[in-house]
Amino acid sequence: MEFIYYFGDVFTPMSFLLLLGGTIGGLILGATPGLSPTMAVALLIPFTFQLEAAQGLILLGAAYTSTVAGGAVSAILLKIPGAPANIATTLDGHTMAQKGEGARALQLSFLASAVGGIFGVLLLIFLTPVLAQWALAFGPSHLFWLAILGVTVIGTLDSASVVKGLLSGCIGLWLATIGFDDIMGAQRFIFHPALGGGINIIAALIGLFAIPQVLTMFAKGRHNSGAEVIEVQRHSILAAFRELFSRTRALSIGTLTGSIIGLIPGVGGQIAGLVAYDQTKKFSSEKDKFGTGHSEGVIAAESANNAMVGPSLVPLLTLSIPGSPTAAVLLGGLLIHGIFPGSDLFDNHPDVAWTFINSMLIGQVLMCIFGLYVAGLAARVAQVPQSVMAAIVLALSVFGAYSVQGSMGDVYVMACLGIGMFFLERLGFSAAPLVLGLILGPIAEANFIQGGMIADATVGKASYFMTGGLNLFLIAVVLASIAYSVWMELRSRCYTTKEEAQA
Amino acid sequence: MKRLIAGAAMALTGLTGAAMAEDYPERPIMMMVSYGAGGATDFQARIVTMTSGNEDALGMPIAIINKPGAGGRVGWNWFATQADPDGYTLGAYNVPHFIAQSIKGGVEYSTDSFEPIANWGADPAVFVVGADSEFNSMDDVVAYAKENPGKLTVSGAGLFVGHHIAALQIDKAAGTKMAYIPTKGGGAAAMKAVIAGEVMGGINNLSDAFRAQEAGNVKILGVADLERNTFLPDVPTMMEQGLDVDNSSVNFRGVMVPKGTPPEVIEKLAATVPEMFANSRVSKKMEAGGSPMHIMTRDEVIEMWAQRQQTLNELLAGL
Repeated sequence: MEFIYYFGDVFTPMSFLLLLGGTIGGLILGATPGLSPTMAVALLIPFTFQLEAAQGLILLGAAYTSTVAGGAVSAILLKIPGAPANIATTLDGHTMAQKGEGARALQLSFLASAVGGIFGVLLLIFLTPVLAQWALAFGPSHLFWLAILGVTVIGTLDSASVVKGLLSGCIGLWLATIGFDDIMGAQRFIFHPALGGGINIIAALIGLFAIPQVLTMFAKGRHNSGAEVIEVQRHSILAAFRELFSRTRALSIGTLTGSIIGLIPGVGGQIAGLVAYDQTKKFSSEKDKFGTGHSEGVIAAESANNAMVGPSLVPLLTLSIPGSPTAAVLLGGLLIHGIFPGSDLFDNHPDVAWTFINSMLIGQVLMCIFGLYVAGLAARVAQVPQSVMAAIVLALSVFGAYSVQGSMGDVYVMACLGIGMFFLERLGFSAAPLVLGLILGPIAEANFIQGGMIADATVGKASYFMTGGLNLFLIAVVLASIAYSVWMELRSRCYTTKEEAQA
Repeated sequence: MKRLIAGAAMALTGLTGAAMAEDYPERPIMMMVSYGAGGATDFQARIVTMTSGNEDALGMPIAIINKPGAGGRVGWNWFATQADPDGYTLGAYNVPHFIAQSIKGGVEYSTDSFEPIANWGADPAVFVVGADSEFNSMDDVVAYAKENPGKLTVSGAGLFVGHHIAALQIDKAAGTKMAYIPTKGGGAAAMKAVIAGEVMGGINNLSDAFRAQEAGNVKILGVADLERNTFLPDVPTMMEQGLDVDNSSVNFRGVMVPKGTPPEVIEKLAATVPEMFANSRVSKKMEAGGSPMHIMTRDEVIEMWAQRQQTLNELLAGL
């Protein structure tokens, strides 16, 4: 309960001002395509040079929480996921916006973010010592199986058929091999210097999601002069509240999945949203509505990606190991003030540690309030004529891809992937499984190679990857997930043939 | 249209070329770091350049641009082939990383592609084991490695980085063969592997190991440097423990420019930048972050690069 004692420190005028600034700035940065939470926090580090340690961290913590949530704005309104965390949000969120329900989607996403986020930070406050042990329990073999588990999700994620889902997942896995291999340094499929570092995930996200969208809008514009104006429905916040809490299943699955996955170093943030989305879909009684603008999809994805924020800091704060790129940047923010995370932080600088954690808690609430305000305004984006919208999205896409690391190479990669995806979508493939393949490929590969090297030096590959409680548990989940997909596919085939027969 | 752009570009470069010698720098400078934001190199680069806007330094701010990927190869490839040699594009180097990579091939740079300006930091590699490990000195480690060839797993940040070089040198000095496990995700992932007990030992940056030891997670058994480090006065060097390991694996960080940068500009930078590093605000922040500083002038760095090139050529020849 030590944290309550330090709550006052968050509300000193300077701290609160920073918290407010960080939250609003974070929302804006997060909503800008191409600026991931990691980038946003890195951009703010120089500002903390002049501040005291606790104040600097308040700024960074607030920015971290709100950029993750802010990514939902561009994901929902423009179909440009600001970061991998927001991929799943586009699936239903953007369809809702197209139907004129943008305000509702945004309200739900901010409310769900706040619920997930607060839960995540509470976990960080109360269970840090226990969670730290969990985070360490995941070695290379476990991370490998976890990535494979993600691969099994590919088939069922947002696709008309399992086969097409798997195929686009494979394309993603192949794209992931491009570049210098991180462990051995081998060169693979580098036909142009811009590909040396591999396909940048943010640039790929923008290309795969936004560009097909832009092309479709341009194509449509020719036919009906592009003046197709969507009526934007107003939506009261109270109704959004009620809806959120009537969807407890999506909310709790999202929050729990996000918290658990967020804890695992190196994997967490990127796939939390997608896994939560898929799980919610599997457990939902309205499976068929997913992908057509169903609110459960938005709730699950957004509660998961903010729930991950708190637990993702556990390895950093307790063991001094940054578990995610954003945590690595926060580590820099601590070190610059001479504070070492770990026991030193909680024993000798409790004021800094707890003020930082508290500020994330308050930050979630502030983020929600501002988010709800923005939701009403931003939803009007849907009223912009399609041809104008297409131009705006295209400009933002180019800007976003370029800003990742200031390189035109990423813009070309984005354009190529986008054009490719436009044609693939015509054939019934979708972007989400492809991106999942792109994210999981390197995780599975690196951990297999690394685990394999450890195994060869010690117990041998078979017993290293196939024995031990956690390994067996993960393998069982993988098998169950595959069995479920096969069963669903067979069942849907039965139905279609019956319907076809009747017709 | 193309010709127009080309013409404009040429006119522009002509203009800057003429004005350069006199009053360089007259606009903000960019510095490329070939590792991601938040990494040790990025973090230190931001600190050591923070006073560059001062009148007694360059008088212009330095902005950090990250070009991460493939253990630094992406950034250095870009720096060697695409960066403008006009003095407004600086780069951060990591020795022995880029030299070892250029020896192993597959990249478009070598020591001849760059002109060093000054060195700011030196982070030696150290040997760490988990806090509850049975090893208490390098002797224990070597004894185990001799009895179990190829069985002693040791993590590090990747192949052909300082950590790997240190492992190779220990192997060579002790006549052992350890199983070096490169990790993806740099020193932090390698350190996690040690703390979680996935590997029996690890080679890591002194600054990161120092923090992990403070947190009570690891024991540091030896420093791969010529002298003991001020952060760890109680930890003996490898040489003190009878292993012939010199400072070839020390991670030197500093500033360089692409080959072809005008000599006047190099001169001006070489004179000003070491002074800028020596600023007391910089050293205070660096010390607070547990980052050892080691300022070297351009001539000293040229000598150090040549030395490293020779040692690494010999060490990596057999691989």
